Amino acid sequence: MPTQTGRFGPYGGQYVPETLMAALAELESAWVEAWSDAAFQLELRAQQHAFIGRPTPLYSADRLSEEFGGARLHLKREDLCHTGAHKLNNALGQVMLARRMGKARIIAETGAGQHGVAAATACARFGLECVVFMGREDMRRQSVNVRRMRLLGAEVREVTLGTGTLKDATSEAIRDWVANVASTHYVIGSAVGPHPYPELVRELQRVIGDEARDQYLAAEGRLPDIVIACVGGGSNAIGMFTAFVGDQDVRLVGVEAAGRGVETGLHAASLTGGRPGVLHGSYSYVLQTEDGQVKPTHSISAGLDYPGVGPEHAFLRDLERVEYTAVTDAEAVAAFKLCTRLEGIIPALEPSHALARARGFAEELGPSGRILICLSGRGDKDLDSVEEFDDQH
Amino acid sequence: MTSTEARAQGSRLELTLHRPGDELALIPYTMAGYPDRSRSIEHGRAYARAGAAAIEVGVPYSDPLADGPVVQRAGQAALEVGTTLADSISIAAAIAEEGAPVVLMTYVNPILSHGAQRFATDAARAGIAGVIIPDLPAEESEPLADPLRAAGLDTIFLVAPTSPDARIRNIVQQSSGFVYCVTLAGVTGPRAELDPGLEGLLLRLLAATTLPVAAGFGIATPVHLRRLRGKADAAVVASALLARIHAGEEPLTLAEELLQACR
Repeated sequence: MPTQTGRFGPYGGQYVPETLMAALAELESAWVEAWSDAAFQLELRAQQHAFIGRPTPLYSADRLSEEFGGARLHLKREDLCHTGAHKLNNALGQVMLARRMGKARIIAETGAGQHGVAAATACARFGLECVVFMGREDMRRQSVNVRRMRLLGAEVREVTLGTGTLKDATSEAIRDWVANVASTHYVIGSAVGPHPYPELVRELQRVIGDEARDQYLAAEGRLPDIVIACVGGGSNAIGMFTAFVGDQDVRLVGVEAAGRGVETGLHAASLTGGRPGVLHGSYSYVLQTEDGQVKPTHSISAGLDYPGVGPEHAFLRDLERVEYTAVTDAEAVAAFKLCTRLEGIIPALEPSHALARARGFAEELGPSGRILICLSGRGDKDLDSVEEFDDQH
Repeated sequence: MTSTEARAQGSRLELTLHRPGDELALIPYTMAGYPDRSRSIEHGRAYARAGAAAIEVGVPYSDPLADGPVVQRAGQAALEVGTTLADSISIAAAIAEEGAPVVLMTYVNPILSHGAQRFATDAARAGIAGVIIPDLPAEESEPLADPLRAAGLDTIFLVAPTSPDARIRNIVQQSSGFVYCVTLAGVTGPRAELDPGLEGLLLRLLAATTLPVAAGFGIATPVHLRRLRGKADAAVVASALLARIHAGEEPLTLAEELLQACR
């Protein structure tokens, strides 16, 4: 594949219908202009503070540390962001950009509903029309978020074709964008999609790692040994890792959803179990059949239930700068419960995957080890999924 | 090979789609494996026998970003009966035996998965004349288009209503056989009316190229085709035919009505 702008090594690019190419060029130039504009940055920081609640705290998880054998665990509390997850960092920034571009209508896709809620929230805040595409299966598992989005004034469109999950919701959002490209900005929810989205989403999410690195140094006087984040499309992970990529002594670990086990085929671990291909406009790792058809995925966590991954993660994997690993539904549910009981924090099922993996690293590092985990969202939305899991096991 | 060299060798598609006077060349679409292998071949052959200038054979794909519900459903059904890219190529080969040139429409990932070089060789060996890749803009095309051109296949790129003139110039430069003009900002599927901006887009496109221009997306009725005569060289009709099949009807009846409106 060619290396040109919008590429992370061989990954990335713009594999979209011609109709969208002019819109991507318009978005890129508006983004570059806004991001270098001090007034936009100032306004974004003001909104991040007053509306999202940034900076989010760095929290020392002492009882969990004890449970895992003594290594010190810190959590970056993105669960305390307004609307309950890191998703608003991106949605708010993109909606502000859309206003600047004169777009009156916002579309978004959502899996767990957290990005849909964030987009609907930012649109309510700024008075823009909002349409959220959501798979039928996800609307069932995340009904509370569907109600939240509707309450916020968004229209939630059910996607029934395909597997009825995030993959199909994303395809349908792209089709809507093709049809309404002049009036509409597509607020993509993860560090995926055609250039410039992976870079744009990373820049809007890097506040997570930038804050966490400063907070960690201030609190501990040194950097952590390992930084862990969950990876679906990979926006919280890239937001966390970006600040640490240059710190060669800090191990970076991305945790994918192994579902019922990577060996069963019922999983969503694109980097662990997939191979390079094109999905939703970019070249990256994709879960696909031998014939190049995108595979249905499985994860208890709707936010990780996606057959692709951001192209920068694919590149970081090939560079071996980030280690990617996968954790099963059962391990994630156990970590979800443990964190809730020991810390009084109900984590979302997505970062529960990162928490689950932290145990192994804590044992490996011993009591002198230090681990930073991105707690990307809160788990109130997941109570039904966990109860359903318990009933089946 | 550049489009100029292809022209010098006389692309079959280019020769076929340039029609005398204001006659329109019709390119009906059949989805490989829909409703099953044998009928997708029968439909393509019947269109060719009835006088279609070329046949477009669609390769089913799990996430067709440029397609509306009719093509999506047909593709899903074709995948459910196990249709692969190799099957699609052999279906195209069987249709090509009828004589009309066949163009293959496939999204980019099945080609990447198959291997670009192997795909080009297999498609050329099957007698396919050209390839349309709706999610491969001209900028991203080199690693895929080069093997296709080397194998003697036409590379057909798409122009959209949103394409600025500078992009159009680049797209026609990369294209051979014909240029595909997307008539509307949107996905495939029958529309009641042609887009009011279409004539302006066709004028911009015809000013940029001597290649034949085929209009596609939304074209569904004889009225649409009569309106296109003298303004485009060819028209692609897909969803309207697939919808007939979905309704359990014989699509050839519509194809014949459409062909009459072209002449």
